[in-house]
Amino acid sequence: MIRERYLNLALLAALLAVPVLAQVQGAPFTITLATKIAIFALAAVGLNLALGLGGLVSFGHAAFFGVGGYVIGILASHARNYEPFLTWPVEVAGTTQMLVLWPLAVLVAALVAAAIGALSLRTSGIFFIMITLAFAQMLYYFAVSWPTYGGEDGLPFYLRGDFPGLNTMDPISFFGLCYALLLVALWLFHRLHRARFGLALEGARQNPERVQALGIRPFQVRLLAFILSGAITGLAGALYADLNRFVSPAMLGWQTSGELIVLIILGGVGRLCGPVAGAGLFFLLEHWLGGLSEFWQFWFGLILLCVVLFARGGLIGALAKDQTHD
Amino acid sequence: MTAPFLSLRDVFAAYGPAEVLFDLSFDLAEGEIAALMGRNGMGKTTTIRSICRLQRLTHGAIHLDGHDITRLDAHEAARLGLGLVPEGRRCFAPLTVEENLVVAARPGHWDLARVTDLFPRLGERLGQRAGSLSGGEQQMLAIGRALMTNPRLLLLDEATEGLAPLIRQEIWAAIEAVARGGGLTTLVVDKSLAELRGLASRAIVLEKGRKVFDGAMGDLTTDLCERYLGV
Repeated sequence: MIRERYLNLALLAALLAVPVLAQVQGAPFTITLATKIAIFALAAVGLNLALGLGGLVSFGHAAFFGVGGYVIGILASHARNYEPFLTWPVEVAGTTQMLVLWPLAVLVAALVAAAIGALSLRTSGIFFIMITLAFAQMLYYFAVSWPTYGGEDGLPFYLRGDFPGLNTMDPISFFGLCYALLLVALWLFHRLHRARFGLALEGARQNPERVQALGIRPFQVRLLAFILSGAITGLAGALYADLNRFVSPAMLGWQTSGELIVLIILGGVGRLCGPVAGAGLFFLLEHWLGGLSEFWQFWFGLILLCVVLFARGGLIGALAKDQTHD
Repeated sequence: MTAPFLSLRDVFAAYGPAEVLFDLSFDLAEGEIAALMGRNGMGKTTTIRSICRLQRLTHGAIHLDGHDITRLDAHEAARLGLGLVPEGRRCFAPLTVEENLVVAARPGHWDLARVTDLFPRLGERLGQRAGSLSGGEQQMLAIGRALMTNPRLLLLDEATEGLAPLIRQEIWAAIEAVARGGGLTTLVVDKSLAELRGLASRAIVLEKGRKVFDGAMGDLTTDLCERYLGV
């Protein structure tokens, strides 16, 4: 555990140090890559809450990622066009204020997670996987066939949102925001993990009947975890949309859901910094292998296979020499 | 006459097409310690599971302290004061001893300090993962976890099954301290006739899902023991 703690600190320090050094050396691409890692780590921290602690293998977390992105995209595009988002029953204008957009993205993603969770958590195993996938695909096809906001082509919005006292178009400033939010999410995960809520969630994963006999309703605990998980992933989606200044149905696609699961498996399921390690490894390999071969996914698949077979605790488990699920 | 604390009336239960309990009725008064006895497969665990609402009844009613709990979910029944120590220990293996104890703790007489006073071994191992405890320690943890919910009715299903004699003695002493010393209504299932005779004032014997004896432990004759318990 102590070894893992040092490893976590080293990982987070490295994620901070690389873009700072890149800023000094004038390498904005590296800062953008680190920002992408921080954002996907944040999304995976959300999924890790449901999958790692609750054993809920959601194959539909792209829904929350995409919904968070579309909240930003839609409101930002309305703000840029000076067209109100709603005219009835009250007029609601678009906005580019991140401090308004982030809570909205979190709220909408949480509401979507509540609706999806309330239905899908009545099932388990393969049925849960399929239902969450089906919901995400429904939203994907809805976005594809919604021409008002770009349909299949997606929705560009040219400028990032505004944050008081910061130039968000400056890559290092935007990285700082994403990194700070990642730290907040990790702190929340850490607190929840060892709180009674986290313990009940882990208990429900192991044996729901045993937890019920102690007076805890597994459905309620899982639903709350799923909503929190969706909300965090929604926030990551909002940041990703801002990073690219573009949102498209691809954010809602099943490939995104699969990627988030891969990040957690690579880093270590249920481990605090598993998503950070997973995202770092994934995007660095994508960058490195992509430069070597057109078929980088094939080689990446082989690496993933090795991790699943030989490092069951993921990268963190292997480095901390602790193969058990934490 | 006061109303019974626990009341089972005309209870039938089944696993799919296989009927397990037939017309089972009995009452427990508040503070009473009763032993539910019978050979393997006679319906003891099903009775415990039915009381805890982990097993659906096909007919009948169960009341706890005047509340009809027949249609409640298990978590709702547990919140009314049912504390179950399930068969086979069943602790949450990856959680530590302390985490197992606090996960479902409810306010009341039993807290972490009192449970570790009852089972000092648990106090010494608060930070250890439950999965790495010995069988006896896991059983102590299962009892401690049930006590931390501050139950009004404690249900112990095969509390000392498969344990070494010394550990069994320790656990029986603890159960006695909790049930008799604390005046806690207790229904205990076990195969150790000698220990049950020492603890419970009343015996309920099941045979093929039917109640065949319900009376004072002292009235459980050798003949009945041979016929229904195989001892």
